[in-house]
Amino acid sequence: MKSLIWLMDLMLPYWKRILLALILSMLTITSQIGLMATSAYLLARAALQPPILDLMVTIVGVRFFGLSRAIFRYLERYVSHDVTFRVLSQIRVKFYQGLEPLAPARLLNFRSGDLLNRIVADVESQQNLFLKVIAPPFVAILVLLGYGLFLARYDMRFTAILAACFLTAGLVIPWAIKALTRGVGTQMVALKAQLDIQVADTLMGITELVAFGQVSKYLKRIQLTDKELRSQKRRIAGLSALSSALTGMIANLGLWLVLVLGILLVEKGRLSGVNLGMLALGTFSSFEVLFPLALVPHHMEVNVAGAERLLELIKVKSFVKEGVAIIPQSSGVDFSFQKVSFRYSQDESWALQQLSFRIPQQGKVALVGPSGAGKTSVVNLLLRFWEYDEGTIDLGGNSIREFTHEEVRRIIGVVTQRTHLFNATIRENLLLAKPEATEEELIRASQQAKLHEFIISLPLGYENFIGEGGFELSGGQRQRLAIARVLLKNAPILILDEAMAGLDPLTEREVMDEIYQLMEGRTTLVITHHLPGLEKMDEILVLDRGRIVERGKHDKLLSLGGLYHGMWKSTVIR
Amino acid sequence: MFDKRLIQEVRPVRGYLLLTVGMGIGIALLVVTQAWLFSQVVGEVFLEGATLASVWKFLCLILGIIVLRAVLQWVSEVSAHQVASYIKSSLRERLIRHVVCLGPIYIRGERSGELITTVVDGIESLEEYFTKYLPQLLLAAVIPLLILGLVVPLDWQTGLILLLTGPLIPIFMILIGKLAQKKSLQQWQSLSWMSAHFLDVLQGITTLKVFGRSKDQIRVIERVSNSFRKATLSVLRIAFLSALILEFLATMSTALVAVSIGLRLVNGTFSYSLGLFLLLLAPEFYTPLRTLGSNFHAGLSGVNASRRIFEILDLPLMSNKGYDLNYPDDKNSHIPPTVKGLPLDFQISFKQVSLTYQSGEAAALKGINFSLHCGEKVALVGPSGAGKTSIAELLLRFIEPSDGEIFINEQTLKTISADNWREHISYVPQNPYLFAGSIAENIQLGRPSMTLEEVQSAAQEALAHDFIVGFPNGYETHLGEGGTRLSGGQAQRIAIARAFLHNTPLLILDEATSNLDPESEYEVQQALKRLMQGKTALIIAHRLSTIREADRILVMNQGRIMEQGDHDELMANQGLYYRLVTEYRGESL
Repeated sequence: MKSLIWLMDLMLPYWKRILLALILSMLTITSQIGLMATSAYLLARAALQPPILDLMVTIVGVRFFGLSRAIFRYLERYVSHDVTFRVLSQIRVKFYQGLEPLAPARLLNFRSGDLLNRIVADVESQQNLFLKVIAPPFVAILVLLGYGLFLARYDMRFTAILAACFLTAGLVIPWAIKALTRGVGTQMVALKAQLDIQVADTLMGITELVAFGQVSKYLKRIQLTDKELRSQKRRIAGLSALSSALTGMIANLGLWLVLVLGILLVEKGRLSGVNLGMLALGTFSSFEVLFPLALVPHHMEVNVAGAERLLELIKVKSFVKEGVAIIPQSSGVDFSFQKVSFRYSQDESWALQQLSFRIPQQGKVALVGPSGAGKTSVVNLLLRFWEYDEGTIDLGGNSIREFTHEEVRRIIGVVTQRTHLFNATIRENLLLAKPEATEEELIRASQQAKLHEFIISLPLGYENFIGEGGFELSGGQRQRLAIARVLLKNAPILILDEAMAGLDPLTEREVMDEIYQLMEGRTTLVITHHLPGLEKMDEILVLDRGRIVERGKHDKLLSLGGLYHGMWKSTVIR
Repeated sequence: MFDKRLIQEVRPVRGYLLLTVGMGIGIALLVVTQAWLFSQVVGEVFLEGATLASVWKFLCLILGIIVLRAVLQWVSEVSAHQVASYIKSSLRERLIRHVVCLGPIYIRGERSGELITTVVDGIESLEEYFTKYLPQLLLAAVIPLLILGLVVPLDWQTGLILLLTGPLIPIFMILIGKLAQKKSLQQWQSLSWMSAHFLDVLQGITTLKVFGRSKDQIRVIERVSNSFRKATLSVLRIAFLSALILEFLATMSTALVAVSIGLRLVNGTFSYSLGLFLLLLAPEFYTPLRTLGSNFHAGLSGVNASRRIFEILDLPLMSNKGYDLNYPDDKNSHIPPTVKGLPLDFQISFKQVSLTYQSGEAAALKGINFSLHCGEKVALVGPSGAGKTSIAELLLRFIEPSDGEIFINEQTLKTISADNWREHISYVPQNPYLFAGSIAENIQLGRPSMTLEEVQSAAQEALAHDFIVGFPNGYETHLGEGGTRLSGGQAQRIAIARAFLHNTPLLILDEATSNLDPESEYEVQQALKRLMQGKTALIIAHRLSTIREADRILVMNQGRIMEQGDHDELMANQGLYYRLVTEYRGESL
């Protein structure tokens, strides 16, 4: 229910357009009613053979309605699609606005592309919201009111018949069918999910299945699930066929009842026979508005479920406190962790425990350790993506909590393994770091990152699109682009978070030089789980399960024969 | 839109399709009868002063028709569903069989998400083609002719109006449909482009934040959405025209019929009830065509989905089948002789083996010669793309050599049935896949008939038992989507347990390239060491510690074996191996 209110709230700014769409939709149906009713009336009047001039108004009416339906329908579709797209845009913006302060902490569990895709699909599914959920009932009510009033001029009982049929076909049947399918529906969702999993298992685990000779067994499983799904679907199909057959029947029954009542009234002289055909045909035409109602519960369920998932993500409050602006010194900054402890949630174990270290201005410190040791948590805290629980983090002598998030991030440059490249041009990807950068600055940064030559060799140069996630670039080029971005940003603190992971040794070697150049004159924190090139560090901190277990220079650590030595020994050749 | 291959699929269930169409025609006949009765009743009451009692019989007939129509409608929809349901199941089964027969190498080359979507949702989108589009297409051809045949003898003027406007509808539909199809395709593309942009922003939100750009994106999203809306609406403005013309033709000619009959009624040259009857028939003439128009999109998406489905089904299978499935035409095919058991003393040798994955591509392996003796452990080392995996794939019979032969003692490998051959191999992949199911089921993959005790002892051998019983549900812990996530080292040990349970003389190991946590690392190494004891093993190795323990190291580069020997020999050689080792470890080795 809350999600429905949220959606309604998003639609509110467009109420004028929505009203217009509804009215146009009602006029479309009204034109159909008008066409059939005036035509029947025309025939009845003509049968009495009046002077032809008496029929002129009716004839004009018939022609008008013949023309107006198509036009109203066209306008209605145009306006309602316009509304739909506006609402979608509003949903995207509002969702992003809600999510932005929470990212990336809130998205941590959503690393896999699937779940992000899910969000996008949930937003996209709201395109049915107006067209298939909101509009049909409102239009039905408008038509019921309008045509009901018209019928009431002849006899209130006509209106009663109309209302009864509308209620039955619009409310009783859809909800009854809905109730009947509920059990089957949940079973079907479960079966569909099972089929998804089995297909995914078979295709993604194909190597193992073939190697272990289990393919036939898995195919048989899929076949069985498919069969079960089929029999459930058959039940649903039977019920939905029932729903459409009944709806059609109600419309015809309405016609029949109006006819019978009309005949009775004509017999008693309370209704002119001229109107008999008109009233019956008009009534029948008005039922057109009922047919979309059968699917409203179904679409509503989809929309509400989607909106609920979206709301679920953004309803939490951000837990990272924001400070007031302090302008830090621009020429390089030192920072320190003092007895910092941190965990991602109350019921989890500590990600960092009593962590203390300091990097002096322009110092170079490496943080190494196996995955899960807490290296990335250090970065998350420094960038104010998460709030630490104990201890203090100081930046240039002030607590990091006193800065605004923007200030902190302005003085830190980050190159990570996963630096996101946007599906845009090279220029746009670079300008992200400094929107006001001049052409010279762009070129200088690219040259320093040894990327300029490559860029100008491309057909469109800096305007070349780099594809989804920088797909069209090689691993080394992607990293260079990320380096150029950080060069452009020119921040005094630098974090290299697994900046080399995923590159083959030869490329790694080439990019290394640019990395060293980047470190020049900056306070640098290097995070890595593999070890070459650490001889040049001022200090190496070996992290394991949130604690520093060894610290010192490369040679000293090797001679300790501990974890560092162990990692060194099991180094991987790729 | 009348897709030949989709139509062929109907053959086994054409009875149901005919039933659907037959019901549709039946409904049309009932509609006509109902209209005639209705016009008679109204005419008599209005002009002849008939009473309710005198027309009651007619009214009862109408009521009967109304009920009968509902019944036919229900039957027609249900049987349409039967058609779709049968075809979907049959296509889905053939599709997944075919994909699986294309084998691991094909599947890995495709985006697995896309394949899964095609198998599950792509097939599903055929439903509407068969329930809504195809029967309607047939009805739209039959019903208007039927009504026309009825109307012309009754009144040629009305017949002429219908005859002149009727054909315009399909003509316009084809003309505008073609245009709209192209436009709507563009529109759907740009719609997915819009989603892609939003997805891109969500994925990059961390990066945006780091650069202090994330708040700006609110405006960007709004701007992109708005320009998308404008672009789409300008396309839709044209696409909606087709609907406009359809509506216009249908309603305008109904109006024309009404007016022309009305004028003749005034002159007294026409009967009222016949006029009313014709007026009622006019919209029915257009209804099937209009419904077809509105179901056009449903049909279109079905046809689009079917293209991808048939594209996959048309891919030729490997001439030498990867494995024997109960494919219907399999039974007659030649079944290769089998080796029941591998001889105790066997030797595998590659003789001048070359491999090209796709014609036109560079060869992945060029003239490979080497032997693997019984009980030997051979490590394959080299940069990525050197061809190490290709050798494993050949040995696993995922693909056959393009040139040269692989021998098992004196017998060529291809004369052995692939299924049978794989019985003798255990494979531990780099990133083991864990299936949805319990841990026990995942280990049993190697030997589904094994008891829980045997599974547990395999897990103990693989040093996996301790962490497994650490889970609240132990061996029943559910893995896969929505289940417990295992760490890399734990997944490795499950795969090793599979191999222990499989217990075969020949092992193929693909070592993980990334570092595991130190504890897992150690245990995985130990488990692998135990697994290899007394076995013949081919190892795609990445760790120096593993490489050093191999009896022999083959150093590969660009599809060739460059060097062979043990660690010390190769280091002394100062060749590629030396470079690989030193490059990686810095200068200190």
